[in-house]
Amino acid sequence: MTAMNHDPQNETGPRALEPVYEPWTRRSFLKGAAVGLAGAAGVAAALHPLLALEEGEVALADLLQKHYRQLTPEDLRRIMDSLEAQCEREHGVRPAIRDPRPLDGVEFGYALNLARCIGCRRCVEACRQENNPSRDDEDDIEMAYIRVLEMNQGAINLETSNVYYDAETVPREGKYYMPAQCHQCRQAPCTKVCPVRATWQEPDGLVVIDYNWCIGCRYCMAACPYDARRFNYRKPAIPPDAINPDQSYLSNRIRPKGVVDKCTFCLHRTRAGKYPACLEVCPTGARVFGNLRDPGSEIRYVLEHKRVYILKEEVGTAPRFYYFFDR
Amino acid sequence: MRDYLTFVARVARLSFRGGWPFYAWMGALTVLSLIGLNAWARQFVDGLQTTGMTNQVSWGAYIANFTFLVGVAAAAVMLVIPAYVYRKEHMHEVVLFGELMAIAVIVMCLLFVMVDLGRPDRFHHMIPPFGMFNWPGSILSWDVIVLNGYLLLNLHIAGYLLYCRYRQQKPARAFYIPFVFISIAWAVSIHTVTAFLYVGLAGRSYWHHPLVPSRFLASAFVAGPALLILTFQIVRRAMRYVIDDRPIFTLRMIMTVAMIINMFLLGCELFTEFYSPTQHAAAAQYLYFGLHGHRGLVPWIWTAIALDVAGLLLLVTPLSRRIPWLNVACVACFVGIWIEKGMGLIIPGFVPSPLGQVVEYLPTWNEAIVCMGIWAFGALLFSWMLHVAIPILDGSLRAEPGLASSTSQP
Repeated sequence: MTAMNHDPQNETGPRALEPVYEPWTRRSFLKGAAVGLAGAAGVAAALHPLLALEEGEVALADLLQKHYRQLTPEDLRRIMDSLEAQCEREHGVRPAIRDPRPLDGVEFGYALNLARCIGCRRCVEACRQENNPSRDDEDDIEMAYIRVLEMNQGAINLETSNVYYDAETVPREGKYYMPAQCHQCRQAPCTKVCPVRATWQEPDGLVVIDYNWCIGCRYCMAACPYDARRFNYRKPAIPPDAINPDQSYLSNRIRPKGVVDKCTFCLHRTRAGKYPACLEVCPTGARVFGNLRDPGSEIRYVLEHKRVYILKEEVGTAPRFYYFFDR
Repeated sequence: MRDYLTFVARVARLSFRGGWPFYAWMGALTVLSLIGLNAWARQFVDGLQTTGMTNQVSWGAYIANFTFLVGVAAAAVMLVIPAYVYRKEHMHEVVLFGELMAIAVIVMCLLFVMVDLGRPDRFHHMIPPFGMFNWPGSILSWDVIVLNGYLLLNLHIAGYLLYCRYRQQKPARAFYIPFVFISIAWAVSIHTVTAFLYVGLAGRSYWHHPLVPSRFLASAFVAGPALLILTFQIVRRAMRYVIDDRPIFTLRMIMTVAMIINMFLLGCELFTEFYSPTQHAAAAQYLYFGLHGHRGLVPWIWTAIALDVAGLLLLVTPLSRRIPWLNVACVACFVGIWIEKGMGLIIPGFVPSPLGQVVEYLPTWNEAIVCMGIWAFGALLFSWMLHVAIPILDGSLRAEPGLASSTSQP
């Protein structure tokens, strides 16, 4: 950084810079204005696709909305009303959006009997009817909360499993079936990594997401050891007659574009004393759901008397979703 | 204050002064940046379905470029340490270029994170008074802090030194030396924290590995100096600013040592993964040899390793004492590490998925255009900063142009 560095042939030497020191002339001002206009026109042209945004897709009210846990009940009701209206506008169906709260003394647990599951994927279908996920057609299971793995007999080896098997021909020789969904972990990696606390654990153990707060960074998806989270890469596509109008703010309402969603053990049902949709439909009775804090519950009986297997126990997530065997 | 406004006005006018090569270069970069902005606007409207990412591979080219560039930004410290800790006079002459590069590259990093968000309109949820910042729990919130902190530190140091230079005052040590030393530790922290983003995820065995941060730093201290060596030559040729060969050869030495460490750590990693291959080696298997017939990354990673090895061989032999060969080594190392640390680190973390699915990832055209736009914008920013900084450094642009530049050197 000494004067030696100055090259006499330098184009931007002192002489070349003289105009920079002079006061603005009309010419330099006009030149500046022309460059500025050209730049603004370029930016405007580049941003032209933004005109295709639907009305209300980026609304000031949404930008100013607070986190779910900071909302007063009145604010929340107002937001849910506007979500109902939005759904009616966009999908032609007006849902009833509620916000059922966790029940005192309840901690939900789920157990799945690997000896009974036949891989019919009816749980996947029931989940779809219940939870309003996006889909391309009736066979599209990409956004489903439950992935049923067809496993080779002889090991519990996820790597040789297949989720795209034909559910019409099950159970197949030499295979067994392992459905996987959100494990509602006690030490949930997803809630820990979220930079904006858009996902958290409720007092009844359910891990939920505020879809109106999620920024869509997908760090939780990278953190989840169970591949339980889905991202809305586009605005959800659902035929109007397939929409379940019984919705809740933290679970099955139609998600906005660009946010993460996941299984909530159907909290809009289970907090009202009903079973999750996947359990009700199961033809073999492989699924057991209940209150872990109730010593007389079926789930407690299973955990205390059956051979229980915890998927990826070594990762230390302490899930509330268990597998068991009874034969 | 008035002086400062005059300074800003002069810098603004200087920004538009140059010959036709300058206009052609800056014009081309502006056009490419705008094409990238256009692709991003399309992505904003249609959602991230315009990318090649899926539920299984939920991070792709954006996060890969981000990770690589954080390393390049951190490597500015490889000019700062020799200049300020070891007081090498010849490094003092170029240290500012490292800081300017760090600024441009950190801006690129922030842009790569922005374009990766599904809801960029909710970006303010990450800014404490408006949002709900999950600190200290989330490593991503740490990354936001360290990246922005590093940007501010470098803006302050480079801005202060340049403004003093412009006013032909001696910079007050208390105003920049403490920040220089903070920036040294901070540079290491930006890359370590970025590595911890991945290392902290116990469910992804390919990332959950204590060697990752060390390899991050080693490879960063190859790629960053490689870019600086190339920049110095462009500066002295295109901008006629004298930079002698000594800083270039100091950087060559740093690159050589860092590349040896990087390749050693790579060897350790390969040994661990393949000598006793466990189920956890599936991702490495996919990356290097393919898994169940899926071989998408295999040609890439072997290209990267070939470039790394070629670069290393050039660096350790006297061949790279000749500038053209050194340039070949720099390009080979830069591209090799870009592949290895970008796609080679991020994608295998998702393949196979935690439930064993093998879903391959390939960026879409729109995604690639957004990436190109950000690279072009970074180059535009860096070129602009050099275009303005060099006349200040060589004394052409100063507060009182009447005084001869040699009379009041600091």
